[in-house]
Amino acid sequence: MTQPALVVEDLSLAIGPAQVVDGVGFSVAPGEVLALVGESGCGKSLTAQAVMRLLPAAIRQVSGRVRLGAEEISALPERRMRELRGRRLSMIFQEPQAALDPLATVGTQVAEALRLSVAQARPQVRKMLEDVGISDPDRRIDQYPFELSGGMCQRVMIATALISGPAVLLADEPTTALDVTIQAQILDLLRRLATERQTAVVLITHDMGVVADIADRVAVMYAGRIAETGPTEAIFAAPRHPYTALLLASIPRLSDVPKSKLAVIEGRVPTPAEFGPGCRFAGRCPLADAHCAEATPPLRSVGDGRLSACFHAERVR
Amino acid sequence: MSGRITPGVALLLALLAAFVVAAVAAPILAPFDPLRQSLLLRLRPPGTTLAAGTFLLGTDDLGRDLLSRVLYGARASLAVAALSVSVSLLVGTLLGLLAGWFRGWPAILIMRLVDTMLSIPAILLAVLTVAVLGPGFLNLVLVLGLTRWPRYTRVAYAQTLQVANLPYIRAAEMAGSSALRILLRHVLPNIAGPLMVVATTEFGLMILFEAGLSFLGLGIQPPFPSWGSIMSAGRQYVARAWWLTVFPGACLFVLVLCVNLFGDWLRDRVDPRSQSR
Repeated sequence: MTQPALVVEDLSLAIGPAQVVDGVGFSVAPGEVLALVGESGCGKSLTAQAVMRLLPAAIRQVSGRVRLGAEEISALPERRMRELRGRRLSMIFQEPQAALDPLATVGTQVAEALRLSVAQARPQVRKMLEDVGISDPDRRIDQYPFELSGGMCQRVMIATALISGPAVLLADEPTTALDVTIQAQILDLLRRLATERQTAVVLITHDMGVVADIADRVAVMYAGRIAETGPTEAIFAAPRHPYTALLLASIPRLSDVPKSKLAVIEGRVPTPAEFGPGCRFAGRCPLADAHCAEATPPLRSVGDGRLSACFHAERVR
Repeated sequence: MSGRITPGVALLLALLAAFVVAAVAAPILAPFDPLRQSLLLRLRPPGTTLAAGTFLLGTDDLGRDLLSRVLYGARASLAVAALSVSVSLLVGTLLGLLAGWFRGWPAILIMRLVDTMLSIPAILLAVLTVAVLGPGFLNLVLVLGLTRWPRYTRVAYAQTLQVANLPYIRAAEMAGSSALRILLRHVLPNIAGPLMVVATTEFGLMILFEAGLSFLGLGIQPPFPSWGSIMSAGRQYVARAWWLTVFPGACLFVLVLCVNLFGDWLRDRVDPRSQSR
């Protein structure tokens, strides 16, 4: 197996005493798309920000190692880290229109990732805009963000993130603010660029539909921990964690009886203050027993390159 | 006032342009040398025509042509205001950007200094500084520039705090841009609007300060003309020669009014919330 482009090990983040991300680890190979799935507030965005080393001031990193290719980057000084950002490690996020400076032209912003001016990098920028599927790049390059649609802005963001050929792209809910048609186009684009450029993509999302569309592998997060990881088809076919199973069951289907009640997961995600010693999903889990509330289930292999953090993984169906 | 260029705004801009032209082209427009004295021509009323020519606005107590002096006075007013606003805009914006970006102790230090400066009456501070440094054009600019920066700092600080949390600034950080680059390329352009509004209102105030300090003898020094010093000299003759105080005073009034109205208009354009009115 080739060396992974990005490896995150034992990442723990805390707000005050509460561990909001607890021992999260994953790896992505070049050209692979890994989906990090979970409900809002489960720590998936924080995980990405920790990889970039741009955490909000209130968040403390308790532990964790990040390797980019062969290089350990978690201990790099900020100066060196800044050189990596945008060059070998890029990130895009929600609200593409707000993520572009309203007073700078598209070309200026794409060229900035190369630390060049548009005048210096015009042919490269033009080519990149074309690669992300922007029609008429010669005109768009001199336009301002307000002249572009949301989907177009996200394409520009992707161009900005990828122009310097990074090894890893962290995409934090890149299609949440877009309508479904545009969403599908952007996902196709990400999928194609990942394969063509051998970029490892970590796609953060709460949408199982997005996962099924483009991810090679999935890591399901719940309340700051990885619940289950594995190849996408395997997880969709037969989840090995009750949370994943319920999550998949809650996707509405066209074959459902019209007006029938939507499937829901009873209860709510515990707040960090309510985290107990046991499995964080125990309170909502149909399979939970006394043991689940007392001990944290470790991530263990359940076959086919899959890991599950459930004592009852074999009983999930 | 709406954000569009209405006839009223056009008139305003024309008047402002007229003042600027008067100041810049004073050597060409002035019919006489503003410093040439003639004791035989003392205190002639406006419109006096003699062998030397027509004194459209009359002459002053030393026989100098008032129109020429008022034209040159516009120069002093606008030059002092423009330079001192530039100095304070530069200093104030820089400190505000730093405070807003780094927060923490730099912000505490800078913003407490701002509070301190703002609690001292500006005119008193200016009078004191001129008294120490001595009067004169350059000192006037420095004094006004270095006492008026806190206004800009407050605005720049608040705006930077707001802009620094916007996604596009975070995106620039994620793309590995340095703090300096982000501040100059992304933050500054996006906070420039409100700063220009402050600069405009301050511009009007600086014109008044220059006139006030010159009136007190702490600004532009005689024999060089400034509206303030012309009025100061004309004060003793107000009963006999009203024109000495009325013309420079009217110019001052109209100019400051225009600048302030222009500032209001600019604010409405910059602030979308007040545009809907």
